[in-house]
Amino acid sequence: MAAQIFSAVLVVVIGVGGCVAYFWGANKLLDLVFPAHGVSGAAAVDNLRRQGLIRPWLFIGPAMLILVVYLIYPVIDTLWLSFHDRSGQNFIGLANYEWAFGDREFRNSILNNVLWLAVVPAACTFLGLIIAVLTDRIWWGTIAKSLIFLPLAISFVGASVIWKFIYEYKGEGQTQIGILNAIVTGLGGDPHVWISIPFWNNFFLMVILIWIQTGFAMVILSSALRGIPEETIEAAVIDGANPFQIFWKIMVPQIWGTIAVVWTTITILVLKVFDIVLTMTNGQWNSQVLANLMFDWMFRGGGDFGRGATIAIIIMIAVIPIMVWNIRQANKETGGH
Amino acid sequence: MAGSSGKSMVGRFGVHLAVLFFVALWTVPTLGILVSSLRDKDQIIASGWWTALTSSTRTEAGRLGTAADQVEKDGKFQIVGNLFEDGGSRQIVAFGTRSQEPTRYKAGEVADLGDGETLQVNEDGSYIYASPKAFEGERGRRVYYSASSPPKFTTQNYRTVLFSEGIGRSFLNSLTVTIPATVIPILIAAFAAYALAWMRFPGRALLIAVIIGLLVVPLQMSLIPLLKLYNGVGTFFGVPSKTYLGIWLAHTGFGLPFAIYLLRSYIAGLPREIMESARIDGASDFEIFVKIVLPLSFPVLASFAIFQFLWVWNDLLVAMVFLGTEADQIVLTAKLNALLGSRGGDWEILTTSAFVTIIVPLIVFFSLQRYFVRGLLAGSVKGG
Repeated sequence: MAAQIFSAVLVVVIGVGGCVAYFWGANKLLDLVFPAHGVSGAAAVDNLRRQGLIRPWLFIGPAMLILVVYLIYPVIDTLWLSFHDRSGQNFIGLANYEWAFGDREFRNSILNNVLWLAVVPAACTFLGLIIAVLTDRIWWGTIAKSLIFLPLAISFVGASVIWKFIYEYKGEGQTQIGILNAIVTGLGGDPHVWISIPFWNNFFLMVILIWIQTGFAMVILSSALRGIPEETIEAAVIDGANPFQIFWKIMVPQIWGTIAVVWTTITILVLKVFDIVLTMTNGQWNSQVLANLMFDWMFRGGGDFGRGATIAIIIMIAVIPIMVWNIRQANKETGGH
Repeated sequence: MAGSSGKSMVGRFGVHLAVLFFVALWTVPTLGILVSSLRDKDQIIASGWWTALTSSTRTEAGRLGTAADQVEKDGKFQIVGNLFEDGGSRQIVAFGTRSQEPTRYKAGEVADLGDGETLQVNEDGSYIYASPKAFEGERGRRVYYSASSPPKFTTQNYRTVLFSEGIGRSFLNSLTVTIPATVIPILIAAFAAYALAWMRFPGRALLIAVIIGLLVVPLQMSLIPLLKLYNGVGTFFGVPSKTYLGIWLAHTGFGLPFAIYLLRSYIAGLPREIMESARIDGASDFEIFVKIVLPLSFPVLASFAIFQFLWVWNDLLVAMVFLGTEADQIVLTAKLNALLGSRGGDWEILTTSAFVTIIVPLIVFFSLQRYFVRGLLAGSVKGG
């Protein structure tokens, strides 16, 4: 254990030292190879130009190397693997995709993912907006926001344990220690094993993600609401608009762009949702989703890389529209810069 | 809006009430595991955590003394004893002699069991079982009782999970993964971000577009090729394929697009005059970066560091693919996931372990919330 602490510290030192040494050394080397001082005027100008050509690549070189190895190459390889069999050796064309769309579990996952996509981003954005508006109007709003924001720091696994405890079921007649069943039996209902009720269990899992992400939506939207010019609201008040009209007709249209950003950010998160499903049900009782199914196939029976890659590609395809929209948006912004 | 809401007291009261409702909804779940982690493990299963401050009642079964214990007194036979062998602070609320009616008689009451037999059980567990005839038989009579125990809080659960369930070791593993995986990407990303913001070179715009594109690429796309790559490298060099170095680099790779994106937009917003006057004074790009850009970028570096720390600490997927499941490598999230399987209903273990895993993020979050929020806003309010 002491050895582990020591080696971790050592690696931090070596890693950081190595990075610093690389950046410093590479720059020094460049200055030595193409000196800008102590040479004739024309040569100095020439060397400065050469430095200017090379130096940016020294700066972004390590980042590019890592991005290529960890993201760009894998994306291409995953695409390639999706046309191959479980070992990744033999080309089988579209057979993996044919398998996927014929597979009951896969279709169930797609359906559940669509359900998640329809519910979670909308719920988070809506609740976040409501809470942002409400907390802006009371003196203890900052504290309230902090507390609602807090679950964002909790891991999905931690959150799953928290909610599993809420959904905990004890046989009828026993004391219910899960708060949900306690409330239900307190109101005269029967206790249920909530996460094993097909279809509806999806919603019990979604609640966890909504609980985590509403704080995110709230913070972003709250800041956007603050950016709304006071005059527009004052004018509406003078014209006799009621609070609901002000909210829907004056405030919401002005933060439409931010709402879209929050919505898409949560959408991407939902497409990748894995930990919650793995820890709560592991896809049982028809609660499977794509990311968990992919993980499953990665290791199932020694691992089927072809099918796993195919499922990853399906997730990727769902992300592409958002990706294109983001790049367009960024280009518009930087424009001439 | 603030003006219009002030119109009615009822409206303002409603807002307070609504916010209170949301706050309760968002904090009660976490409170549940915190309270439970501090409760006695027998009480956790006996009553809901929200009753932790009141006594909990449990129905149990016990046996009275046997015929060998009887004494004759005034022509009657009596067995006297105590249901609580261990003493303790529990109290009997009610008792009974049939499992269908375990709480038929109140404590202290003299129960008529027929044939002249009587049984009296007192609150402290002492009982007198009397009969006009001599008791016979080897085994004592079975009785049922409901006993209430006062609230009991303990740190025993924490000692158990930290030292005998392996959570302590996993905590250390999580730190081992998280700290280098947070520090390494910052430096690499900062240099790249500076180049993309302030240096001119062909292909810059394309690179920025690629990085924005990579921002949303699902992690799932990388897993299988990297697993293959790591296995290949491991076999080729005859080293283990699941190493801390491997996961540090993986987290670095997955965190880089966001790091570069976040830092670039901040660094690009630094005032041009500072850079230019430094350049006129003969400073090189390297000097400008180290002496001007890095110090000025402290807030955004802090923001990213918090993000990356939370993301790596809370990650389960990457850890499950790139690290082993032995005690020397398993991180907190993976350990918690394993405990969910192996210790399914042992809520004292699960709630305590869960609380140990979330305590570090909560501390980071509360102490550095300002930077965290700033990073969130800078990272996502685009296009607005």
